[in-house]
Amino acid sequence: MSVFSSLILVLVFAALAYAGGLAGSSRWFMGVILPYTAILVFLGGLSYRVLRWAKSPVPFHIPTTCGQQKSLPWLKWSWLENPQSKGGVLLRMALEVLLFRSLFRNSRAQFLDGPRLRYGEEKFLWLSALAFHWSLLIILIRHLRFFVSPVPRFVMGLEAVDGFFQVSAPQLLVTDVVILAALLFLLQRRLRNPQVRYISLFTDYFALFLLLGIAFSGVLMRYFFRVDLERVKEVALGLVTFSPTVPAGVGPLFFVHLTLVSLLLIYFPFSKLVHMGGIFLSPTRNLANDSRVKRHVNPWDYPVKVHTYAEWEEEFHDKIKAAGLPLERE
Amino acid sequence: MRDRVWIVAGLLLFLAVITYPFWHGVEARATSQPPVLVLPAHEKECVAPISYMRTSHMKLLLDWRNSVVRNDQRKYVSYDGKVYDMSLTGTCMKCHEKKGFCDRCHEYAGVGTPYCWNCHVDPALAEVKRP
Repeated sequence: MSVFSSLILVLVFAALAYAGGLAGSSRWFMGVILPYTAILVFLGGLSYRVLRWAKSPVPFHIPTTCGQQKSLPWLKWSWLENPQSKGGVLLRMALEVLLFRSLFRNSRAQFLDGPRLRYGEEKFLWLSALAFHWSLLIILIRHLRFFVSPVPRFVMGLEAVDGFFQVSAPQLLVTDVVILAALLFLLQRRLRNPQVRYISLFTDYFALFLLLGIAFSGVLMRYFFRVDLERVKEVALGLVTFSPTVPAGVGPLFFVHLTLVSLLLIYFPFSKLVHMGGIFLSPTRNLANDSRVKRHVNPWDYPVKVHTYAEWEEEFHDKIKAAGLPLERE
Repeated sequence: MRDRVWIVAGLLLFLAVITYPFWHGVEARATSQPPVLVLPAHEKECVAPISYMRTSHMKLLLDWRNSVVRNDQRKYVSYDGKVYDMSLTGTCMKCHEKKGFCDRCHEYAGVGTPYCWNCHVDPALAEVKRP
């Protein structure tokens, strides 16, 4: 059910944006007011979430790892999984953020005839996640050509590499193909795998459909219904130089793209997509496992008032003695 | 978390990087004005309407290339019935030059250098270089 509701919601947003892109007054709303709102909500919301996380108490050192801790010399220490220093943690974090190492360990359970339970490797989730995230990053950097003038050299270089195959004009960019393929794979995985489908929620599908809508509208705009790039750049530059304009030449498809991107940015801080910031704050990944080397004291421990047995005996000394009970100290 | 300094520093770094277009635009005093192109004096009409040329000139050029190279068809009948010779160097560049026309918009919009110039040269440049 949530599959269809999220799909319909994204389609309704896209249709509204398309219809609005044809008319007059809503173009100003979609081309100026919505993007600015989206940027503010995104930056403000993400900062708020990260600062809230920063405030949350972590009283214990959490050494949950999947490798052997540094111990006796004849036990092989898994230094990458279970680092003891800040440098090791940095390396583990880098691998986590850049290569999704945790996801690489993803496995799946399968019932075979027999019945027999089999656990196997499942690398395609990792592979498609990696393909999607890296494509998205490259596409985001490529989009700087609309927001920065003159266009920085590294953006042009990246685009040249992306269009390496020199297919057609406008040149086919590999990341466009990869991101669509990866998103479609992730979607079909959610739909076809019964276990994954059972735990999938509206937010899972909505994020996927929104991203698919953005990628799809972008591809349509580049390869099929070509838009006037000069006008598009005018809109983008107008936004970042705080002199917004919405020229007449930009077509409704551009507004579909821009509106879906704005909606994604607005949705971002309130959804699971904040894992972008959250991954850096995963305690099981960013804490060095040095609990055998260093004593970790809860920073907000205060001296607790205790009443020891010795003090108690002192207090009731005479009464205990009168009752004939044994005393530790005469 | 105890590493609050690191978290705030990381967040500030992220904000600085993500707002790069904004502060770069202010710093470079960028305007949203596109380049003004010099239009040829002796011709009033292009081979297709200006709105089509703005968005789809690359498609037209590819069609021309395929037609000439693969089918040996060089005649192009335009939207207003005029007949043109399908030739980048002979027709397009009779009016437009690479540096003052193509490159202006391509550099502005970051389109990059298309592979037209792997084979073709700007006739204006070629004449200058001739000894």
